[in-house]
This record gives sequence, structure tokens and C-alpha cells, in this order.
Amino acid sequence: MSTVSVHSLWTTLAADTPPGGGLKFQAPTIEYAQLSPILIIVGAAVLAVLVEAFVPRKGRYYAQLFLSVVAIAAAFAAIVGLAASGFGTTKAHIAAMGAIAVDGPALFLQGTILLASLVAVFTFAERKLDPEAHGNRVDSFAADAAAVPGSDAEKAAVKAGFTTTEVFPLALFAIAGLLAFPAANDLLTLFIALEVFSLPLYLLCAVARRKRLMSQEAAVKYFLLGAFSSAFLLFGIALIYGYAGSVSYAKIADVVDGTTQQISPALAGTMGNDALLLIGMALILMGLLFKVGAVPFHMWTPDVYQGAPTPVTGFMAAATKVAAFGALLRLLYVVLPGLTWDWRPVMWGVAIVTMLGGAIVAITQTDIKRLLAYSSIAHGGFILAGVIAATPDGISSVLFYLLAYSFVTIGAFAVVTLVRDAGGEATHLSKWAGLGRRSPLVAAVFAVFLLAFAGIPLTSGFAGKFAVFKAAAEGGAGVLVVVGVLSSAVAAFFYIRVIVLMFFSEPKADGPTVAVPSVLTTTAIGVGVAVTLVLGVAPQYFLDLANQAGIFVR
Amino acid sequence: MENLIALLVAAPLLGAAVLLCGGRRLDRIGHWLGTVLAAGSFLIGAVLFVDMIGKGADDRALHQKLFSWVPVESFQADIAFQLDQLSMTFVLLITGVGTLIHVYSIGYMEHDERRRRFFGYLNLFLAAMLLLVLADNYLLLYFGWEGVGLASYLLIGFWQHKPSAATAAKKAFLVNRVGDIGLSIAIMLMFTTFGTFAFGPVLEATGDTGEGKLTAIGLMLLLAACGKSAQVPLQSWLGDAMEGPTPVSALIHAATMVTAGVYLIVRSGAIFDAAPTAQLVVTVVGAVTLLFGAIVGCAKDDIKKALAGSTMSQIGYMILAAGLGPIGYAFAIMHLVTHGFFKAGLFLGAGSVMHGMNDEVDMRKYGGLRKYMPVTFITFGLGYLALIGFPGLSGFFSKDKIIEAAFAAGGTQGWILGAATLLGAGLTAFYMTRVMLMTFFGEKRWQPDADGNEPHPHESPSSMTIPMIVLAFGSVFAGGFFGIGDRFVNWLEPVTKFEHPHPPISIPVITGATIAVLLLGVAAAYLQYGRKPIPVVAPRGSLLTRAARRDLLQDDFNHVVLVRGGEHLTRSLVYLDHKGVDGVVNGTAAAVGGLSGRLRKLQNGYARSYAVSMFGGTAILIAATLLMRAV
Repeated sequence: MSTVSVHSLWTTLAADTPPGGGLKFQAPTIEYAQLSPILIIVGAAVLAVLVEAFVPRKGRYYAQLFLSVVAIAAAFAAIVGLAASGFGTTKAHIAAMGAIAVDGPALFLQGTILLASLVAVFTFAERKLDPEAHGNRVDSFAADAAAVPGSDAEKAAVKAGFTTTEVFPLALFAIAGLLAFPAANDLLTLFIALEVFSLPLYLLCAVARRKRLMSQEAAVKYFLLGAFSSAFLLFGIALIYGYAGSVSYAKIADVVDGTTQQISPALAGTMGNDALLLIGMALILMGLLFKVGAVPFHMWTPDVYQGAPTPVTGFMAAATKVAAFGALLRLLYVVLPGLTWDWRPVMWGVAIVTMLGGAIVAITQTDIKRLLAYSSIAHGGFILAGVIAATPDGISSVLFYLLAYSFVTIGAFAVVTLVRDAGGEATHLSKWAGLGRRSPLVAAVFAVFLLAFAGIPLTSGFAGKFAVFKAAAEGGAGVLVVVGVLSSAVAAFFYIRVIVLMFFSEPKADGPTVAVPSVLTTTAIGVGVAVTLVLGVAPQYFLDLANQAGIFVR
Repeated sequence: MENLIALLVAAPLLGAAVLLCGGRRLDRIGHWLGTVLAAGSFLIGAVLFVDMIGKGADDRALHQKLFSWVPVESFQADIAFQLDQLSMTFVLLITGVGTLIHVYSIGYMEHDERRRRFFGYLNLFLAAMLLLVLADNYLLLYFGWEGVGLASYLLIGFWQHKPSAATAAKKAFLVNRVGDIGLSIAIMLMFTTFGTFAFGPVLEATGDTGEGKLTAIGLMLLLAACGKSAQVPLQSWLGDAMEGPTPVSALIHAATMVTAGVYLIVRSGAIFDAAPTAQLVVTVVGAVTLLFGAIVGCAKDDIKKALAGSTMSQIGYMILAAGLGPIGYAFAIMHLVTHGFFKAGLFLGAGSVMHGMNDEVDMRKYGGLRKYMPVTFITFGLGYLALIGFPGLSGFFSKDKIIEAAFAAGGTQGWILGAATLLGAGLTAFYMTRVMLMTFFGEKRWQPDADGNEPHPHESPSSMTIPMIVLAFGSVFAGGFFGIGDRFVNWLEPVTKFEHPHPPISIPVITGATIAVLLLGVAAAYLQYGRKPIPVVAPRGSLLTRAARRDLLQDDFNHVVLVRGGEHLTRSLVYLDHKGVDGVVNGTAAAVGGLSGRLRKLQNGYARSYAVSMFGGTAILIAATLLMRAV
């Protein structure tokens, strides 16, 4: 071939082709040790599928729980090992032929995701909340998710005491995707990671034991809208490829900066066309903003959060947000720093409507899960304010916020699983009236989480909010801080209203009961409270940690 | 030796803590405990005094720093004490008179079931007052200042079951608050001007500071002094404060606390010396108050209120003297001390009379009591002579000096001030003779009360008479002891500085005039009240008398100007708050709620609508991005 006419996605390879020479393949180098956190989880997930296939039904629950916990713990140990050997700071590095970054933010976020996932898996495994069905202890998941709700097949499955232990491998696959997402260092890895964690989550949303139709509806909506947004994202990736001739973050950044030109002669017609860049950037941002639930791409959030089994909601709300914000940070700080003046005003607008929209619509919610969903939207706006700061402090404040927020969220949803009546979880707010008189401890714990959401001092929420607003103000986004504080004031209203409802209203005669959980949920809630208070009272150590981890590798 | 200073404060503070927290177990010994601790504080003071006079005049001041109170960068507040001659004078006065009044109260409060608490409050007062005069910086002084205010409030309202007492306590507290704000502003001004509020640095730095700032500080200090010392225009609380038990009136509202304003001005002398305008205002306030109090004192039929008017008037003398600068400071303090003796004695005498007369305070229902209470009569009489400035007794020496200094102020100002002090001396003689005649002379006028109980006047127990006798000794001899040979002036000179006053007319002439005015006042009172029987029901009286009975309309003035004005202001603020602020707040809340309800409808549950929203959002995102580049 005299001229290079091969046009493949692996343009990087094509670009390396010596002129006049034949196509020369290089064996990819894979740094297995550096990728071990992801590999451990993927391996465990595959193993878990085998467990589903070969382990007798009776033993599956224990085998799956054991496998998940061990895998997550091992992956976390691997993260700690990598961080300890300096990959977070001095040895930050891009592994797997430029596909996966191993640097401070990646390790910090992966660690956060794994801790949140561990706690979430505890809530997945909780089997003491629902009354026993036909002598079998049951968890939050359908006996047979494939059976039509209300059908004979479902009744038979319930009678046989089946449970959907598949949630554990699904969760593990999702965790693997979530780990890869903030570390993805090229657009294709980004997209694949997104799909890897999204598909299991769609399924997880559909498998609630109670209110199955609602759960399935939520899953279908999530799937449809997720696919819709993935299409935009993919289209954006294509446009950026057209602009830069590469999907690698570093190379795109070089083209944006103007340090590299003309990577591929085949793309001579499109390369350097700013329209492609800007539209592509907007589409990719939209794909990520969908995952973090920013307005106006947030509309799936309330429906899905409400319909999904509550442990899944907690997991999704915490871990997805961490991963998606991680990916967003990397994209904005590594790929598009040269475009700061293009994306900042747009993101300003998104952050403002997200903060206000989440806080305002939350006011009139009557369902606790929907309320928390809108609250998570508003919090997404607050985090965006830190993202927009475009300073090192912005990165570390977002990292800290995500750590703080994920534990509060999982804890809060875990408390929601405890408050039950005959129909399962009693999520209508009116049923929470007077909870503080019946179960002072549970109500007090929930109050702690609500205060953290509201950002009251001595909780992690205050430290996090202060950090992002400080970063935003120093980054020149004073308006965002003003809007943020105003929306916090609006948000405080509905958080405090729940506290008032719990402690200062008369309990209803037919009110819900508070189930006594096993050690699993107790641990999840306990860890949530502990982290909330520790990060609130003594945030400095963790802020320092986030500061050290705040440099992206390029 | 300086380590003893903290003990001065600690002893009564301990007493207050034990008595107030100890509960009923201490009811039987509480009053003894309180008295012993007050006496202990006096003994420590005496030891320190003996030690002090053993040293040279210039190195008598002692310092004790306990600990850093508020160390914040340049804001350094210490709990530290300074005991110099001025503080020493106050320490002896406070603990000495205080101890006597503790002893007196044992008898006076014998039948009160809350006697333990009363002694706890008295001890609290002593501790706070000692802190006030021992502090080595203005912030700590302010702490003591507020402490005496609290103790005063608690003691005026001690008989809180009487609405009048509760109201009087509240009034005293509120009026004092106005003055206290003055002190706090003064301290803030000092901090911004000098960067510190310790006495030493502040008072040394006055030379290098603009007069405007010093005048502002001085006026604020004067406002504080007006509040605490019941000077015009913050005088209105003192008369009502007589609702408190009589020992309280004697100790707090005659001898010690109300003189704190004089202490403050004398202590801050360097500031006033450098701010002549502020000084002028001080003398004006003093002159006005001394006449105001004297006129009010002439018209009151309530023995304690008559004495309260007198107290106000005498403190007016002191403030006036303090406003004269170095020619007056020492005399202000000297009059303060002698006044402490004779006014406390007079109040204790009044208490003794009330004790024997079923707590009757109306002098029109007394008469001829000298036969029934000889000790009270003699001690009260000596106090009376001392107060009117009868030659040879305490008041003569101290007041005469102030009159001389007032004339020496120079120019027209000197003549006006001198005339005011002379007139005041005449009025003092008049109203005190009136009190004396109405109480101890003439026919008995008391009648059975509504329940048919007729008072049986009798001499009080020795626990009450002994303090009166001791104070009477002070009333008679203290002035001569201090005044002859300028002993007191020389003692204070290292702290307050001193210049000899040079009045434009010779001193014997002034003394003669004072005595003449004095005799005139006594004679007028005798003609009015000694020669004809006194009606039991007060006659209508002239316009001035009626005004004076109403405290020269002070409360009417305050009511019209401040209370009604304040009510209008608060009413309009409440209106603004309801209609304006709440309207905005509630309106915002309603608007947000309405917005929420409307936005909520967008969330209609259809995936297709959500997809449209995402699509539209993306379109806007792209458009905005392109637009940003285009702009």
C-alpha cells in the first residue's frame, strides 16, 4: 500500500504505520498489576455466573455473598496497594496501551466506589426485613424476575422460596464498569465502561420483590433513556474522532491545543474543524450529564429511583454518581482544558438549573424515595459547581464531596428499607409522621443523614458543600455559589420538613412498623453514620487525601 | 503580697457560689458564712493596706495576672488585677461598709425565709464590685460592671412577689443597659484607637491621640457613668430601686455601686484631661444632677426616696468634681468615701426606723421617734449633720473642697458651677432637716393600719445598731481625718495627680458662704416643718412641689419621648415585618412552592416526554456551545 487507506478505529496503530511499509502489529502491553482492581471484580463476576450455574440453589446466596464481599475487599486492597506504591502521585501512569489511567483521582474514586459497593452489597443481602414467605427468608428481590407479575409461575417461585441471587453477579459486573469509567483514558473505553455498568443496572432495577410492575416500568424507562443517551454519546465520540483523528484523550487534547496536527491524512477533510469538536463535546457532555442526573437530562432519576429495589437505588445513587462525575472530571480536565472558555458557560447554566430544579421540585414530593431522587439531582448540581471551578481545588473538593455523599446516600436508602407496612416499604411521607416517637433511634439516624444532605455543620455534607463552594468561588464562579447557597436554603426546607414530620407530628394509628434488620443493614447504616460524622467533625485528613489525589495524569 | 489580691474577689465569690448552689441545708448558717467571707475579704484588704502604706508613695501599686482570658492575636484580654491607692480606697470602702451591712442584714432579714439567698446575692455583689475596682483593664472592669448590675437587679427585685419590686428591678436593669452600651462602645473605640484596653497603655497613650476620638471615648464613658451612678439623663431608676431591702439600698444604691461611675471617670482621668469638651459635659451633668436630686429630695415623703434623691445629688457633686480634672479627682473620691459612711449610716437608720414601724416608709406617719429609738436617732442625727456639711463633720471637709474646686474651674464656668454647688448645699440642708424633723421630732402621727395593727416603735437589735454606730463614727471623724493636712489628697496623688485649686475668691469666704447657706436651709426647713404640725395627708403643694414629687416628671418625660416613641417604632417595625419582610418571605416560599408544583407536572411518567426533554436539552447544549464560540 503506497498510501494509507486503511481506516480503522485503531487509528493510533494506523498512524504508527511507517510510510511505504506494511502494516506492522505490535503486541499490546497490559499492566495486569495496575489493572488488578478491575480484573479482580470482573473475574469474580464471571465466577459468580458460574456459581449461578453450578452451585445448588440453597447454597447460592451464601456463596454469592461471600464471593462478592471477598472480591470487593480484595479489589479495595489492590487499590490501597497501588496507592501505597505511589501510583496515586509520583508513578501515575496510563496503562493498557493508553486505555486506562492509573492516577490519583482514578484510585480515589475507585476506592470510594468499592467502599460504597461493599456497603451496598450488604443491603442487597439483607434478608430479615420482609416477613418469611412460606418458611423462607427473603430479600428485596423478586423470587423469579422472569415470571410475569401475578402469574402462577411467580406464585410457584415464591412458594419454592426462590430468590434472585443473580443480583450479585450483576452488581459485580456493574462495579467493574463503574471502576473502569472514571479511569477510562480514551473515548471508546469510556463508552464500553458506560455500557458495562449500565446494562446490569437496568436489569437490577427490574427485579424488585414488591411493586414489581413499577420496578419493571422503571427498568424499561431507564433502559430506553439510557440507550437514547448512549447514542448521543457515541455520536459525539464519532464527531470528536472526526475532529482529532484519535479517540485517545491525550491525543485529542494535543489537537485541541494545536500541538499536533494532521495525524491521519484520511481525515484531512474534517480534522481541525471546530464545529465537529464543539458539537461532539456537547454530545459527550450530555451523555455524562445524563448519568449524573443533571437537569434537563434528569427525568429518569425520580421514576427509576422510586421503582428500583431500594438497595439498588442506594447503590445506583451513590456509585453511579461517583463514577460519572469521575469520568466528567477527567474529560474536562484532561481532554478539554483548552476549551475551558467554551464549556464553562454552558456548564454554568447546567449547574444552575440542576441545583435550582432539583431543590425546587423536591419541595412538593410526597414519596421519600422520589424526594431523595430530587435531592440527589440538587446535589449533582452542587458537585457540578466544584467541577466547573477548573482548579486543582475543584478536583479535590469534588472527590471529597463524592466520598461524603455516597455514604450518606446509601445510609439514607438503607433506612428507607426499614420502614415498612403490609405493602412492603412505606415510602409515602405521610406514613413517616411521628416515626421519632416510635423508633427514636431509626428516626435520629435518618435525621443525621437528612442534616448531612442539608449541609448542616458537623456533618460530612457541610464539609463537602463548603469545599466545593469554596473551590467554585476561588475559581471565579461566585454566581454559582450564590445560586448554590440559595438552593441549599430551599433544599433545607424539605429535609427539615421530614425531620419535623418524624419528631413533631402525632404518629398515625395504622402507621408503619420499623423492621429490625440483621447485622448487614445495621452495618451499612452504622458505617454511613460513622463516615458522615467523622467527615463532618474531622474532615481535614480526608481533604488532604483528596488533595494529594487531585492530579490527573495525561 | 500581690497574690492576695485575687483572694479579695475569691472570698465573696466562693460565698456566693456556696450560698446560691448549696440549697436549704445552708439556711441556718448561710448568713454567718456570707458575713464571715465578707469580713475575710475586708481583713485581706486591711493586710494589703498595711503593706501598702509601708512602701514609698510611688511603688505602692501591685499587679497580679491570673491568666490570659481571651488571647486572640492583638486582642489580649487578661484576668489581671491592679491594686493601687485608688483601688485600695475602694476595696476598704466596699469590704468595710459591706461587712457592716452584712452584719446589719443578719438582724434586718431575720424573718425572711430567703435570707440565705439574700446573703448569696450580697456576696455576689461584693465579688463583682471588687472585680470592677481591681481590674487592670477595661474589659475586665466591664465584666465587674455587668456583675454589679446583675447583683443590683437581683437585689432590687429580691421581694419579687411585689409587682412594684419586680418592675423596679426591670427598670433599673433596662436603664443601666443604656449606660452599659456606652461602656462597651467606649471599650471598642479604645481598642480601635489604641489597640488595647489595658489601663496602663491606654492612659499613657492619650497624649498622642486626636482630641476627637478622646472626646468620643470620654462621652461614652460618661454615658456609662450616668447609667450606673443615676446621673441625668439616666437617673430615673434610682428612686424606684428603693423597692429593694434597705441594706441593699445602703450598700449598693448609696455607698458603693452607684459610685462606680465616679470611679470610672477618675480612673480614666487621663482621657478626660485630654478631652476638655468631654470634661465640660461631665461637669454639666454633675451640676444638673446635684440640683435635680436635691429638688426631688425636698418633696419626697417616702424616707428612702428622699434619701435616694440625696444620693443622686451627692453623686452629682462627685461627678462634677471628677469633671474638674486634677483639681477635683481627689476630692471626688474623698467625698465618695465620706458619703459612703454617712449615707450608708442614714439608710441603715431609715431601715431601723422602718423595722420598728411595720415597714412604714411614709414620713408623714412618723413623728417623735427620738424617744422610742434613741440609738437610731443619735446615729441618724450624726449622719444628718455629716451630710449637710456641719462644720467639723465628714461632709463639711469633703463637700467644702468640691465647692472650692468648682469655683476654681475658672471664668464664667467656675461661677456657674460654684453657684450650683452652693445652692445644692442649701437644698441639702433643707431636705435633710425636713427628713430629720418629720421622722424624729414633732408629735407621733402613726395610726393603726387597715388590719388594726398599730406600730409599736422600738429600738432595733444590736446586730443592727452596732453597724450604725460604727458608721456614725466614720461620719463624724472620717472627713477630718482625711481632710486635715491634705492626708487623703497626698495618698491618692500618685494615681490621680493633683493641682491645688485657686478659686477667684478666698477660701474662708467660700467656707463662710457655705455655712451661711447651710444655716439658711436648716432655718427654712425648721420654719416649714418644725414649727407647725405636719399634716398626715400631704397638701397639694405648689407646681414645683408637685413636679418634684413626680421626680421632676422624669418618668413622664421618658414615657412620652422614649416609651411612646419606642412603641410607635416597634409597631411600625412589626407592621413592616408582617407586611413587608414576612410578605416577601412567604411570597417567595409560595412562589417556590407554586413553581415546584408546576415543574412537577413536567414529570409526567412518559418515557417519550423524557426523551424529548433530553433531546431539547442536548439541542440547547449544542446551540449554547456554538454560540459561546461565536460570541
